[in-house]
Order: sequence, then structure tokens, then C-alpha cells
Amino acid sequence: MIVAKQKDLEVIVGMLQGYERILVLGCGTCTAICLTGGDREVGILASSLRLADKVSGKNRLLKEHTVERQCEWEFLDEINDQVKEVDAILSLGCGVGVQAISERFPDIPVLPGLDTLFMGMPQEESVWVERCSGCGNCILDKTAGICPVTRCTKGLLNGPCGGTNNGKCEVDPEKDCAWTLIYQRLEKQGKLELFDEYHPPRNFQAVVRPGRFTIK
Amino acid sequence: MAESFRDVLNSGKFVITSEIGPPKGTNLEKTLHHIDLLKDKVDALNVTDNQSSVMRYPSLGGCILIKERGGEAILQMTCRDRNRLALQADILFAYTRGIRNILCLTGDSIPVGDHKEAKGVFDLESVQLIRMVRTMESGTDIGGNELNGAIEFYPGAIVTPEANPIEPQLHKFKKKVAAGAEFFQTQAVYDLGNFRNFMQYARQFNVKILAGIVLLVSARMAKFMNDNVPGIFVPQELIDELAGVEKGKGLQKGVEIAARMIRTIKDESICDGVHIMAIGKEEIVPEILAIAGL
Amino acid sequence: MPQLPNNLISTREMTSENQFEPEIIAFSCHYCAYAAADLAGIMRLQYPTNIKLIKLPCSGTVDILHILNAFEQGADGVFVAGCLRGGCHFVEGNNRAERRIERAKDILDKVGLGKDRLEMFFMSSSEGPRFAEVAREMTDRIRKLGPSPIRGV
Repeated sequence: MIVAKQKDLEVIVGMLQGYERILVLGCGTCTAICLTGGDREVGILASSLRLADKVSGKNRLLKEHTVERQCEWEFLDEINDQVKEVDAILSLGCGVGVQAISERFPDIPVLPGLDTLFMGMPQEESVWVERCSGCGNCILDKTAGICPVTRCTKGLLNGPCGGTNNGKCEVDPEKDCAWTLIYQRLEKQGKLELFDEYHPPRNFQAVVRPGRFTIK
Repeated sequence: MAESFRDVLNSGKFVITSEIGPPKGTNLEKTLHHIDLLKDKVDALNVTDNQSSVMRYPSLGGCILIKERGGEAILQMTCRDRNRLALQADILFAYTRGIRNILCLTGDSIPVGDHKEAKGVFDLESVQLIRMVRTMESGTDIGGNELNGAIEFYPGAIVTPEANPIEPQLHKFKKKVAAGAEFFQTQAVYDLGNFRNFMQYARQFNVKILAGIVLLVSARMAKFMNDNVPGIFVPQELIDELAGVEKGKGLQKGVEIAARMIRTIKDESICDGVHIMAIGKEEIVPEILAIAGL
Repeated sequence: MPQLPNNLISTREMTSENQFEPEIIAFSCHYCAYAAADLAGIMRLQYPTNIKLIKLPCSGTVDILHILNAFEQGADGVFVAGCLRGGCHFVEGNNRAERRIERAKDILDKVGLGKDRLEMFFMSSSEGPRFAEVAREMTDRIRKLGPSPIRGV
């Protein structure tokens, strides 16, 4: 899933300056799951914005709605009418969602309420971790199901580096050294010969950005 | 004109290298002074390359200065700041300026340095960089294109003999040897017992190993390094020894300890030489060598 | 998500001395806080009439949204009262409430209402006097802070 975090309230308030009728639009898929852009968060943010408005003597129209997913055209159909009633949309979807809305409704400013962070998963309560970089050339069969491109800070293919420290990365002692993890899991699986395999330089153009994927 | 580093290492002599940390700017006065101070006392001088991800005058520039002044230079090249095109281009340039020795490093990560928002390139890493040098020596670049004009280098790498856990590091060491590294400079060693263990493993490979010597100036520095620098292990006896001296004598004690370690490594032929990293105290290196009897 | 009724806060009425009387919403858990409030009543303990109680099965059912809604409707102060730490009838409810109140306080600061208008208290069902004390403390605090800046907007 895509993980995103909310921008600071002050930043959002700044972005909304000058608009009088705003639709706060949530997304019921990824950002709902990471508790930053779903129905509940839309409610909390809209309420916060109304309070902030009232404290400064303003009283703007703040509509609230959440669609199943912002990144699919079909789900945006349902806001056709609401869009006509506002002069800006504050999206609590990921960057894909913001752009999808903007492409569908190009006449109206669509503002990002979130900063999109990464493709990842919930590891434990309140903690989401990055797992995939979308490199377009998956080598998880060689690295015991642990992605060095993503989980090694330097993205090394022949790790570990000299900065590995008791199984943690020198950059952040909270983060595991991916290559130490890979070594340990390959050892457990009896496949250490994979650790010794030389990985040539990565193909950074495996996906030429911006990516495009078609099916015949 | 200095003898080639490769020849010195192959002669069986106990080899000494040290390093120059270039300035953050164009004021090369100190750098030139350090080069002149050390070039005839050591067999080769490394010039660090944006060490610790801090932007500085480049290693390539420092190596050219060393060559101009008649010394033997070791180019340090990291993968953090250049992609494969820039790396290969710099190697071509280095070769034309008489540089032959290259230490192939992955490079420290960006967050530890002074440009914390920079992009860390890491198009390649150390093993791939060593292979890249070898590929270029065979006449093509790593895009598969023929090179106009040959190159030849003496590539080396680093190893951390006291990494914890040690097994992945030993496998990586093996990979670097397989890729073509011919000499290694190690991370700082303090526990010679541990280092001997490492050398037992390393001796099976036909490579030259120089033990890293980093000057300690106080018990506090020793403890700091233990806690914060990966792969460094200063044994308690050394910390106590440093703690036991009166104020102001820490540096002297550190010099004594470094000289003693070098002497022991030489006398017992534990490895092929030492690499002295004085980190800002290049002035002290001659004294360390003198006390070590070298 | 359950909504608060939208007539929680009465239109402001001044006392004869034109002194500001705070309107405070107290989200109270059935098992401890509300029982304590009941007990305070039975014991005929005096506590300010500024407190409007809302009974919940557990303090953990309060969401940040309910707290913000209360302020949107004009509450001058809000507190959430739950069981003693470690003694939540539903095990974790009061812990969760505590964390939500922290976030809500942060929001209140950012929007300009100030975090002191919101508080969380812990008590057991037998602590009638404690409930009365909390009610007095909050009323005093809010009286000093003055009416919510959004009243009348």
C-alpha cells in the first residue's frame, strides 16, 4: 500500500488561503489504512479547519466527502456535483489521487493535504515501513525475500557496507541493516551461496520514468 | 620520484601509508605542507574523498598535487557522489595524470554529512567499482564500448576486521577479492588478538593487507569511538591506559600506543603494513613513525 | 461515526454580575467516572453546574472528532474522565483515550483555542469527591481562560 502522512495544519491552512468554498476529499483505500486520509481523518481535519477559521473570525464552506479510491475515474464520478459548488479541493489521497482528481477536474485547484512517503505495510500498531521501491527488476528470489534496494539505505546490491553496526544501519540505529538480515535469513534457508553471488550494477532504467505499463 | 606502491608492497617490505584530508575550500597551504611533510616518510598517501559525506576539495586534486611533488598517491573514490559515467571519466583523467592506485569505496551515507538533503548517488558500490576498474583495464567501459587508450590500475578496498557480526563482512571481503581488489586498508584496529584471527582468514587470499591505525588522544575519545563508530573495538586495557595519564598528556600516550601497535604488527609480521589515519593531526605522523622505529 | 447532538451548548446567559459562566462538556465512562459523578450527587457534594455530562461505555469511545465537535458547537472546555490507569473496564480504553487527548490538545493549540481547554482525568467509581474536585478545577481553569474565542462567530 501507499503510505502518506498529513502535512502540518499550518501548512494546510496556508494552502487554503483565499479559497472560500472547499471540499475536503478523503480516500478509502491506502491513506485510510495508514490513518491519515480516510473518512475519520477528513472529519477531524475539516473540524480543525472550521475551528481555525472561527478563531480568526472566518466562516467558510468546508464540505466533506470520502471516495473509495481517488486514483480511479469511476470513483470520482460521485463528486461531480459537489465539485461545482467549491473553488478548491483539498485531497487527503496520495500523490496519485491528487493528480487523478486534478486531471479529471482541471478547472479547479486540487491541493495536497498529504505528503506521500513510500510503498510499504503496517509492521505493528502505528508503524508503517517501506518495503518496495518499484525498481522494475525484482531480485527478492536472491535475497531471501528482503529487498536491499529498498531496505538498505544505500541500496547496495553487494552488501553490507562498512557502516553496518551490530545488525543496525549506521544512519539510524532503529533501522536494521538489510544485508545482515539477508545473510541471516539465507543462512537459515541454507542458501548462503546466494550471498556470495556477484550482483552487477543495477539497471536504473528498468522503468523509464514516468512509468507506463500496458497490456495487450 | 617515489617507487610505485604496487612494487613496494610486492617487495615484502613493511609498508606504511597515511592519508591527507583536503580542505573545505581552495586554500591548499596546509595540504601542501602535509604532503611535503609525509611524502618521503611513507610509501604512499591516500587523499580522502568527501570523507564522512562532508564536501571537500576532491581526492583527485589532492593526488595530482602529491604526484607533482614527487610522492606516491592513492586515489580514494566513493560511489556516493558520482554515477558510473562520472566514475569512469574520472578514472580516465586520473590515469593520464599518472595516478595508478585506487581505493574503491562505497562511501558514507548522506545523512552523516553536511549536505543532508543531497541525493546519494550509489549508482555503483565498492565491489562493482572494483570490477569496473578491471573491465576498463580490459579495454571497454562498463557500457560495453571500446576505449580509445588503455588504462592500468592497482585497485584496493577496505575491510572492517572487527565488524559485528563478522560473517557477512568476511563474505564481502571475499567478494571484493574475487572482483579484483589487490590490497586492503582496514578500519582501525586496536585489539591485536582479534586482528590476528581476521588475518588467519585473510591469509588464504593473495592480497596485501595494511592495518588501520587511528590515533587515540583520550579515554573519552576511545569510548566515543567504541559507542559510535561501526566496527571499532577499543579494549578496556587501552582505555585504562589512556585514562591513567595526567591531563594534557593524552596525545603523547596515544602516540605511544599507536607506535607500539605498529611495532608489534611489524615485528610479528601480522600483516603487510599499516595505514595511519591521523584525522586532523597529520603533523604527528612523523613522531609516531619515529617512536615505532620506522 | 456517531455524531454529537447539535444542541449541546445553550445560548450564553450571563449571571447577574455579568460574570462568564463556562460551558464544559464532560465525557465520562460508565464504569468509573460517571459512577463517581453519581456518587458525588448522592453524597450531596457541591460541584459546579457548568458541567454537562455525556455518558459513554468507555473513555476509549471518545474520538478526537467528538472533542473537536464539542468545541465547534461552542464549548468553552472539555474533559474526558475514565477509569484509573491500569483499571479500565475494557483494559486499554483509557490508554487510547489518553493518546487521543494528546493529539486533540495539539490540534487545539494549532487552531488557536489552546490545549488547556481540554484535559483527561482518571478516577475510580468510588471517588465521588474526586469527581467534584475535577469539576471545580476545570470550571476554575476555564473561567480564567475566558469564553471560547469562537462563540458568536
